[in-house]
Amino acid sequence: MQLTTLMAIPLIGAVAILVLPKAKETLIKQVALVVSIITAADAVRLLVGLDTNNGGIQLAEKHSWIPSFGISWSLGMDGIAGLLIAMATILVPLIIIAGWFDAEKSERGSVKEFFTLILLLEVCMIGVFAATDLFLFYVFFEVMLVPVYFLIGRFGGAQRSYAAMKFLLYSLVGGLFMLASLIGVFIASIHELGHGTFDFTALTGLHMDAGTQKVLFLGFFFAFAVKAPMVPFHTWLPDAAAEATPGTSALLVGVLDKVGTFGMIRYLLPIFPDASHYYAPFIIVLACISIFYGALLAIGQTDMMRLVAFSSVSHFGFIVLGIFVFTSQGLSGSSFYMVNHGFSTGALFLVVGYLASRRGSKKISDFGGVNKVAPVMAGVFLISGLSSLALPGMSSFVSEFLVLIGTFSQNRWAANIATVGIVLAAFYILWLYQRTMTGEPSEEVKSTVTEINKRELVAVVPALALIVALGVFPQAALKIINPAVKQVQKYVSVVDPAPAVGAATQGNGS
Amino acid sequence: MNPNNYLILAAILFTIGAFGVVIRRNAIIVFMSVEMMLNAANLAFASAAHTTGSLDGQVIAFFVMVVAAAEVVVGLAIIVTIFRTRRSASIDEANLLKY
Amino acid sequence: MTAALIGLPLFGATVLLLGGRRTNAWGHLFAVAMSASAFFVGVATFVSMLGRSSEDRAVHQHLFDWIAVGSFHVPFDLQVDQLSIAFVLLITGVGTLIHIYSIGYMSHDENRRKFFAYLNLFVAAMLLLVLANNYFLLYVGWEGVGLASYLLISFWQHKPSAAVAGKKAFVVNRVGDVGLSLAVMLMFVTFGTVTFDGVAKEASKGDSTSLKLIGFALLLAACGKSAQFPLQSWLLDAMEGPTPVSALIHAATMVTAGVYLIVRAHAIFDLSETARTAVVVIGAITLLLGAFIGTAKDDIKKGLAGSTMSQIGYMILAAGLGPVGYVFAIFHLLTHGMFKAGLFLGAGSVMHGVNDDVNMRHYGALRTAMKITYVTFGLGFLAIIGIPPFAGFWSKDEIIHAAFGQNIFIGLATLIGAGVTAFYMTRMMAMTFFGEARWEKGVHPHESPLVMTAPMMILAVGSVFGGMALKFLGNIDSWLEPVVGHANPANDVSNTILIPVTLAVVLAGAGYAWVTYGQRPVPVVAPAEVSLLTRAARNDAYGDAINEAVFMRPGLHLTRALVWFDSKGIDGFIAGLAGFIAALSARGRKIQNGYTRSYALTMLGGAALIAFVLFLVRL
Repeated sequence: MQLTTLMAIPLIGAVAILVLPKAKETLIKQVALVVSIITAADAVRLLVGLDTNNGGIQLAEKHSWIPSFGISWSLGMDGIAGLLIAMATILVPLIIIAGWFDAEKSERGSVKEFFTLILLLEVCMIGVFAATDLFLFYVFFEVMLVPVYFLIGRFGGAQRSYAAMKFLLYSLVGGLFMLASLIGVFIASIHELGHGTFDFTALTGLHMDAGTQKVLFLGFFFAFAVKAPMVPFHTWLPDAAAEATPGTSALLVGVLDKVGTFGMIRYLLPIFPDASHYYAPFIIVLACISIFYGALLAIGQTDMMRLVAFSSVSHFGFIVLGIFVFTSQGLSGSSFYMVNHGFSTGALFLVVGYLASRRGSKKISDFGGVNKVAPVMAGVFLISGLSSLALPGMSSFVSEFLVLIGTFSQNRWAANIATVGIVLAAFYILWLYQRTMTGEPSEEVKSTVTEINKRELVAVVPALALIVALGVFPQAALKIINPAVKQVQKYVSVVDPAPAVGAATQGNGS
Repeated sequence: MNPNNYLILAAILFTIGAFGVVIRRNAIIVFMSVEMMLNAANLAFASAAHTTGSLDGQVIAFFVMVVAAAEVVVGLAIIVTIFRTRRSASIDEANLLKY
Repeated sequence: MTAALIGLPLFGATVLLLGGRRTNAWGHLFAVAMSASAFFVGVATFVSMLGRSSEDRAVHQHLFDWIAVGSFHVPFDLQVDQLSIAFVLLITGVGTLIHIYSIGYMSHDENRRKFFAYLNLFVAAMLLLVLANNYFLLYVGWEGVGLASYLLISFWQHKPSAAVAGKKAFVVNRVGDVGLSLAVMLMFVTFGTVTFDGVAKEASKGDSTSLKLIGFALLLAACGKSAQFPLQSWLLDAMEGPTPVSALIHAATMVTAGVYLIVRAHAIFDLSETARTAVVVIGAITLLLGAFIGTAKDDIKKGLAGSTMSQIGYMILAAGLGPVGYVFAIFHLLTHGMFKAGLFLGAGSVMHGVNDDVNMRHYGALRTAMKITYVTFGLGFLAIIGIPPFAGFWSKDEIIHAAFGQNIFIGLATLIGAGVTAFYMTRMMAMTFFGEARWEKGVHPHESPLVMTAPMMILAVGSVFGGMALKFLGNIDSWLEPVVGHANPANDVSNTILIPVTLAVVLAGAGYAWVTYGQRPVPVVAPAEVSLLTRAARNDAYGDAINEAVFMRPGLHLTRALVWFDSKGIDGFIAGLAGFIAALSARGRKIQNGYTRSYALTMLGGAALIAFVLFLVRL
């Protein structure tokens, strides 16, 4: 019941806010903040309590829901899901703090609506990572779109309706293919087990023939690739991220998109091992393209939010790459990358949002010289940027390098190509910094851009502190991830390649 | 009695009703044509019930009558309202619900 | 103990950066204290090492397991051995001197606290680089110094040129980092470990292709960090940073990290002839290229930067010679660290005296106005051109000697380099301190305060005695031997012939420069009508132009094309699809004409159709 309780906390919070009168805006905000902090604390408590020797699903609970279709309300988490839930729930209070005044600025939505939607979204985010029933996962996968649709469509910028609709349609089309495959899996389970089921553990035991796997795989992969997003299914992300409020963008890119890559690790690899092997070369190529394409487009952007969004396309390329090389370093690196990327991109979106809300523009060319008028802001911006370009000492470096080294031991060319991507990352981040922060400030910048205030600082500093802390002690997270990854490797029946020589020296470090 | 005759009669009535609906402009007449179609169907049901010896057809005929009565109530009310506002019962003039 | 070395300056940087304005008043002193205490810890470590026999000198400290995934294990371990301690003393020693110098140099800068925080950060990262016990942890220090270098080059961010130079340095260094990444990955795949000891132990079992590739990858890394051809272009621009930064990072310590890396990975290079040859070739090209650039620069700092490139070329070349050269590479690195830092601080002192003008054509006759600077700079000058018994002579001569033992052409390259070095350094001396005064209006050259001149004096002492001290007192050959091994060059050309020849070449270069720049008046405006070679040297041998033409411009076009493709191609396709469906619907809705009777007719038609189909099916 622990996970259901975890989901119930924000749900109760959302209901409580609905009951509160619309005019009591401060009270609504406070309730939302307190509830989200309690949720985060509970999620961290559950994460810490995980058994790091067990790679399977823990804290499992199962309640019958639609027995005739073998659907149940079953939740549980392994290390990967646990970390992602913790990351998501930690981000939510930060986003609430950062977006404290975002709702008032909207001419359509109200404060009450904004915070209700955020808490409802949090419920769905926990649910989608905690679900261990494929159908339940699908339900959360789709239901999640609703609060995001309204968060973008009612609180976004000028093009918000277009962006929200684009986001919704992309996700729905992806979801449709997934639904088709979902039914296919259900039928396959009827054929093999005699009774249909959506239970994750039961489905991993299926022995579908390779042809069926290949077809069903594609449906899921398409949905996840749209969500992740991978080139060429990415064009919804820059629009959505650029139009939403910074907090929504942070949640969208930091958490929601992870559902795609999480789905790949959790469902694609274990349920369709043969198809995963079959498609891996293609997906690796696609991932390498994503890395480069996203980075090059980030260089070419003139809008800060879009730049960050495209940098994420590049980062997701790394994550997918690590997943589909099947090595323990690749998989662990990708899982860790998801967590780090949530914090680093989240922080970057928030800081860019601070700048944009001051200057009233997201265009890079409208800035310049900010370092002179708001040095702390520039510093926070730089640290967020450095974490995005995977500077050693930050956790993103550890994860990125794990992905690369995991790839290298399996597929040298892909690793070589991906490694060059780190040069581009340095370029787009530092060029952005150069264009916005350095030089002499213009009159507009001088008059509008003020120093970062305490509330805004409180919203980003925890994320940055976590990035640095996990960069120095990545093992804290990796030891939770590793057993789960080992389990995934078992599903796809892959063992790490042994080094060419000197196997004897492994492990003892020095 | 040859039940075919009843069915032929029902078909004739139905056709007349259908033509009425398509051709006439006056809402009241269209309405009456619809009633005629319904009753043609009723006739077909009743004769079928008689032929097969089961009561199913009769029961359905009753249902149709009830529905028709309800429809008359609502439909006439609408027609009267339209007539009041537009001073006309022509259904071609009330074409606001397009596109 | 070892961890404290890194911890002290890191603590300093953290306090100053997080403390904000509150630490403005005492921040610089605190940073100096942190750096100095790190130096004392270094000295204490050194002394305790001296007390042990050469096999037991290396100390390992296990801090914690950093990363362990599958078979990839990286401990967060530090090690101090004979090689590391040499660097530790150089970094903290020269570093502390430059900290002190900066108190004076940066006294009027409003962001002085930040400057010292970055300096401390640099020292911490550089110490991590040389104290790590594995290649992956070294990587952290490697990029840490890159970050500090970036922050310090673009310290005066309001100047666009400084901001661009900082970014350029970081990005070019990242290209080198690709090499280091690949090297670490290759090591892991080949040997299953990334620790120095582990790799050294397994190296002999590796196949020659892997060794060669690792060697190349490490060389690429070294090229990036040490500004070697073809990644040299960032170093000249890096002179946009404050002069103490140029002295510490871009002359004495960080840029020599590439040499450290190659020497540290000697186990790989010992076994791969091809990789060594590549290193030697790169070193030879850079030493000539850097010297060539140095001959035509009017900017005193850029001239010195060219010289730094060239001198590191010497070190890289020496490292590429294998066991005969490792020791001399480090030897030259240490002496160079002292005299080049001294020269840069001297240049900074000159600039300080002439209102931050860097153009040597506006100098002249400064020897009277700035006596201490003149003397200390002059001693550094004698050291760098290799006049016995000054520091540079001992180390450079050994490299030339070893190079001749390797190959006559390589030897000649080092010899020519020595001559050109003498030329451009004499030119610099002559233009700055001799000749007639060509000072700009309103400039009144004056000597710098003691806080600046004292470090210069100490470094000048190093320039004079450093070489002798290391060679005779420190016995650097045998000191480093347990770490890097040592072999005497098999040489046909004996030192008794080589030293006089080298000296003759050096004096010829110096003499030519003296005749050209010391005896004749120097035009205040650089002559425009110059030979092609001079023009090439002024333009950094067109390194930037090539980068611009080969990478930047096509890259920019590529990104523009991709942005267009993304919005018009991919998004255009999707939007087109949506538009097509919308158009179809727009047509389709015309059927809803609002006429009840047409709906009725449609219904009727539909019903008739169904009836007809049923009828057909029945048949």
